[in-house]
Order: sequence, then C-alpha cells, then structure tokens
Amino acid sequence: MTSIPALSTSTLTVALVGNPNTGKSTIFNALTGLHQHVGNYPGVTVEKRTGRFEQGGRRVQLIDLPGTYSLAARSADEWVAVDVLTERSNIGRIDVIVVIVDANNLERNLFLFTQVAELGRPIVAAVNMIDLAERNGIAIDWNLLTERLGIPVVPLQANKGRGLRELKEAIVQDRAAPDLDTSGFFPAPVRDSVQRIASELDGSTPSQARFLARRLLFDPSTVLAQHFPQHPGLPDAVQEERQRLVAAGFKLSSLESLSRYAWIERFLQGIVRRPAQRVVTISDRIDAVLTHRLWGTLIFATVILLMFQAVFAWSQPLIGWIETGFSAVQSWLTIWLPAGALQSLIVQGVLGGISGVLVFLPQILILFFFIALLEDCGYLARAAYLMDRLMSRVGLSGKSFIPLLSSFACAIPGVMATRIIENPRDRLVTILVAPLMSCSARLPVYTLLIAAFVPKSKFLGGWLTLQGLTLFALYLIGIVVAAGVAILLKLTLLRGETPPFVMELPEYKTPSWRQVLRRMSERGWAFVRRAGTLIVSVSILIWAATYFPRTMDAPVPPPANTSAAVANTGAVPAIDPTHLNSEGDEAAAAAAQIRNSYLGRSARTIEPLVRPLGWDWKIAAAVIASFPAREIFVAALGVLYSLGEDQNEESETLRERLQNAKFDGTDRPIYTLPTALSLLVFFALCAQCFSTLVVIGRETNSWRWPVFTFVYMTSLAYLAALVVYQVGTRL
Amino acid sequence: MSLAAVDRDLPFRVVDILGDDAISARLLEMGVVPGTTVTVIGAAMAGDPIELDVRNYRLTIRRREAERVLVEPARE
Repeated sequence: MTSIPALSTSTLTVALVGNPNTGKSTIFNALTGLHQHVGNYPGVTVEKRTGRFEQGGRRVQLIDLPGTYSLAARSADEWVAVDVLTERSNIGRIDVIVVIVDANNLERNLFLFTQVAELGRPIVAAVNMIDLAERNGIAIDWNLLTERLGIPVVPLQANKGRGLRELKEAIVQDRAAPDLDTSGFFPAPVRDSVQRIASELDGSTPSQARFLARRLLFDPSTVLAQHFPQHPGLPDAVQEERQRLVAAGFKLSSLESLSRYAWIERFLQGIVRRPAQRVVTISDRIDAVLTHRLWGTLIFATVILLMFQAVFAWSQPLIGWIETGFSAVQSWLTIWLPAGALQSLIVQGVLGGISGVLVFLPQILILFFFIALLEDCGYLARAAYLMDRLMSRVGLSGKSFIPLLSSFACAIPGVMATRIIENPRDRLVTILVAPLMSCSARLPVYTLLIAAFVPKSKFLGGWLTLQGLTLFALYLIGIVVAAGVAILLKLTLLRGETPPFVMELPEYKTPSWRQVLRRMSERGWAFVRRAGTLIVSVSILIWAATYFPRTMDAPVPPPANTSAAVANTGAVPAIDPTHLNSEGDEAAAAAAQIRNSYLGRSARTIEPLVRPLGWDWKIAAAVIASFPAREIFVAALGVLYSLGEDQNEESETLRERLQNAKFDGTDRPIYTLPTALSLLVFFALCAQCFSTLVVIGRETNSWRWPVFTFVYMTSLAYLAALVVYQVGTRL
Repeated sequence: MSLAAVDRDLPFRVVDILGDDAISARLLEMGVVPGTTVTVIGAAMAGDPIELDVRNYRLTIRRREAERVLVEPARE
C-alpha cells in the first residue's frame, strides 16, 4: 500500500550550478539523455532547463541553472538562480545542489562554491576536466580536498563519460550539508548586519535567510522592492545596515570578493600543486597565433567567411530539395483530392505553410553546427574578443558579431544565435537590429527590380556597374540603419550602465561531436516546434485572403513548379482554371481573382497611402502577400501581372511586363527608376517576414518586442521609400 | 598606475578597483581583487580589449575597464 507514495517521496530535486566553460551542459546532457525539457522562467529571458534520470530506484529531477561566476543578484535575470536555490521559486524544495568546478582553476571556481555552501543544503562537488589539469601539470590531493570540504567530491572527465556513474551515485546517497566554517569569511560587524537583515526575512530557513541577507547587503539590487513585496520594511533595513558598515570603514563593493578569495587561498594550501614554472600549454601555443593581432584577425576572417558561405550557399541544395519534395506532394494531392476550397486549403495553405517553415531549417542547422563547434572548442570567446572593438562603437560587445553576421543569410538563425550574449540588454538590441541585415530572401526582389530598372552604366573600365553599386548600397543601408538604431536604443529605451565585457578565454579543447550535433538539432527542433504552428497559421490566413471571396466557381489549379524560392508558401492565389483553354486565360482569371479577393480589396483600399511612394495597388497587394515571407513578392507579382505564379527574378517576361505596366486607365508607367528604388529601399528596411517576428517573440518571451520591431521597421521603410520616391521624381 | 597603461608580460599587483558598479563587481568576482598578481599578455587589434593572466587563467577586459584597476609592480 505504500508503493506509490514511496515512489513519489523518493523523487529528488537536484540543482546544477557552475561557472561557464566548466562542461556543465555536457554533464547535464550526459545525466539526463533525452529526458529534457527547455522552457523559460516566467517574466525573464532566462532559459529553464530541466531533465530527469533514475539511479538506484530513485527518481531525480535535475535543474540546470545558467552558468555563472557568482550568485550576486542585481537584475531580475540574476535573481532567477538565487530564487531557485533558496527555494523561493515554484520548483520548491531543492534536495541536493551539484556544483561543477573546473579542475584547472579551483581557485576561481570555488568562489561560487563558497556562496552555494552558505545555503545550508547538501552539496556534491563535481570536479570536471581532470585530464586537462593533468596535462597542465596540476596535481590535486583528492583526499585532502574531500576531507576539508566534508562533502562528496567526484572527479570527472565528462566529455569522455568518465565519473558520471560515480556522480549519479553520490547524488542519491545520503547527503550532508558541507561543514565549512563559513563564519570566518566576514568580519564580525558584517555578520551582525547580515543577522539583522535576515531577521526581517521570515519564511526561510536560517541559512537561507542569511544567504538572502548577504545578497541584499552586497549587491545593490535594482529590483529589491519588487522582489520582496511581503517585506515592505526591507529596503530601509538594508539601507541602514549598508550605511552602518560604510561608516565603520568597510568598502562594501570589494568586501565579499576580498573575504572569499582570502579564504579560498588559505583553503587550497596543500591541495593544489602547480608546476613552479608556468607551463606553456597547448592552449597558449594555439592562442599565440589565433589571438595574434594580425594572424588572429586574418584567421578569424577566414573562419567567419567559411561559416557565412556555408550558411548562405551550402543550404541552397537542401532548400531546393525541400521545395521540390513539397511541390511533388502538392501536385500529387491536387490530382487525388477533389477540387475546391478544401483542396486549395490543404495544398496551398497548409502544405505551403509547412514548407515555408521547413525551408528555414537548413540555414538554422548549418549555422548552429558552426556555432556549437566554435563554442565547444573554445573559439567563440576568441571571436568575441577580436570583434569587440568594432562592435563597441555601436554600444554592443564582440558577442553580437556572429548573430548579426549570420543575419545576412537569414535573420531567424541570427536572432536564435543571440543566446550566446549573456547581457540581456545587449542581447535585446542585437535581436531588434538583426532583421535590418539584408537577408538572402531579399535577394530575389533586389535582383528583379535592379535588372529591370537600374541602367546598365559602367564605370572604371567596366569594373564597376551601376547595378552592382545599387545592390551594394542596399546592403550598406541595412548596416548603417542598424548601427544607428542600435545606438539610439542604447540611448533611449534600453538605456543603462555599460555592461562589463570582462570575459574568460577558456582553454581550447577537442570538440565533442555528440554535443555539437545535439545542440544543432535542439535548435532546429525548437524552431519547428515553437515557431512552426504560428507561421503555418498566418500562411493559411494569407491563403484565405487571396482565395476568398471567389470570383468564379472554378476548380483549383495545380501548384506551380516553383523555381522561385518558396513561391508555394500559400500566398499565391489559388485560382484554378484548369477548365480554361489557354494559359493566358488561366493567368488572367488568377489576376481577376486576386483583384477581387480580400487581399486585392484591402490593397486597393490602402492605395492612397502608397501612392506617395510611387506604388499602385498591385505592388501593395504583393507587399501584403509577402508578409509571411519576402520571397513571395516576386511570385505574387507574377500572378498580378497575369503570368502565373511560376515567375522568378530572372524571368524575362516578368521583367518586360513590369517595364510596360501602366497605372489603371492611364498611359503613365508605374515602374520608373524612382518607383523601383523606393520599392528596393522599402524591402531593405521593412520587417516583411512573419517568421522572424515569431522567432523574436519566442526569444524575448514577449509579444511587445516583435510588435515593436514590426512597427519601427515598417515606419522606417515607409519613410525611406517616401523620401527616395519624392526626391527621385523631382530630380 | 592603471592596468591600462602597464607593459606587457610583467607581473603587477592589484591595489584597488575603482567604482562600485557592475563592472567592478564583475572584475572582483572573477578574482581581480586587491593583492592579486596580474600580467597583461596580449591585445586584440587596435590594442583593445587586452588579455590578462590572472589566477592561472585567461581573462580579457576592455581598456576602459582596465583603467579602473590600479596596480603596482609586483616583485616575485
């Protein structure tokens, strides 16, 4: 009768903490395997990773806290770990805390350990990368370390799987809180202040209350009052104690670090032996080249170029296969399903939407393969180090470089890559400007309009063409505007003190392919699962807007063989005039359908708004239809100009049709050079990509930021297009 | 003198960290505390950020941040 309750009471909740670069995620993955769940803590952008495993008949729930050097809590994000560890979060009781430390650097890693030890909970110390330490000539006296800490100490070489079984056993064995004499950390007046603040905090254990009191005393927190609403007297009490200590001559900013490091230095005497002469490690020798001012920068440029080329070009065949595959299925279904609205919904709306989600996967997977590889071997930190100077000019840090560069291929993996930026404000600014980089989906639009309307003038003996310069200028506009927006955001909405750059360069190590592939597939799956549904829904909405109301009762057309990228994403009108005799009639019927559809009607309604940009309703309709994805624009123009939807940017007929298009009922050509330029500039700056907006929503854990991105980018795009057209027609 | 102005590859002892914002807090918790020995061992392009050897690991900081770190020559 006790079996069920016994099982539930035997579930242990275990928190995993450690410095960055200690192999913490490798250990988490190795312990939990596929039993993981990734989410977000409420109200903040901190990723919540939980997993479970079983050991000796006990269930263990493992919580992976973000890597950190200290439990100092100044911002809401930093409070997350403190709340979990002091059992103030909805996770509840924490039975064991596993602290992962790097065997190469016990000194710095024990700083976090001494903070965790004060929580009064059972701890297991996992000392990772013992192989590297050995190679570097570092000798650790394990018996003495275990004896002095008074808790289980498990040596690990996690990337090879060594020590994991022992770690699991240590976690489920009977445990005791460490018996460190932490009273010696701080001088008596500080301890008294801590005690007085702790007495204000009811509802916690004495150790937890003192732990929280230390955090409040040492870290000038901006969120103190919001964080302890049930203790209204707390801010004043903290303020009073701080003033008392300052008056007594204590320097509060450095007090904690000085005290802890002094204790650690004494503690480690006799435990760690290092070679008398500093050993030049393999890592040092690699760094002599890779962080060299000249060679390092050149190698960096090569690595980044290769990565960029891969994301940009290697993904193309994969994208092609996905499109071809979907076209085949769509054709097949068109034949087998009875014609009508349902067929069109499934073929154009649903399947078009799904293929529109999947085409982003190759770029996401390739980019994250490279990022995971560079991160795992230790190069990512070097990249940030080398690019910091450049990025600091726009108020960001070197860590923003790779996400922004990746956004030239596609903003979606770019935005997802901002997770490597720890500072929440820097990360947000990077996310908000990333869609301004000219992504590969804008290229078809650029190519079509430039080829049709920009004169083929040449300069410098044919080396430079006006068309090439225009393309270059469009990329440049994105970069310049992004720099301006980043600076502006840092001065206004996201103002605050400059975050520290202060970054560790971890030792190089051989990357673990399993980790790399795992992280790559994790990111790909996260995109499909968390963004996919919404993207498909919007594709269906746009399909409906072009399909209804019906201009005529006609069977649905076979899907086009879309050579134009992603042209089958559902936005292309579903008209179907298989019964019509000639292709021309079919195409004309499609154009008529779109004119009378909800999409066409709304485009004609807003026409007065876009006239100052030099556009007619057809351009407006194509722009709206391309909201799910920019690349649809070209195919949509094809339909609107009665050419059928299988138009691409190189198609001669579409180009001619555009050149000859007239405003309704007049002889005035629509597409002049100013109109083309206004449209180009609009596309360079607009947020016509629903998928990017969805991903921004997912990554910022809020709907405010995608809305903000859409509004600011669309306004900028409209204004820029207006200026270009108005100035252009007056010249 | 500040850490931003010292010669490379020579050991210096930290005397004080100026300020009490997130930057000084970060430097301190990374082990750059008064009494610690630090050595500048490299710099990125244009000389910023700089790379330090501190407590047997590698730390990179911006020049602006190094200006906060007051040091004196260390005799070993």
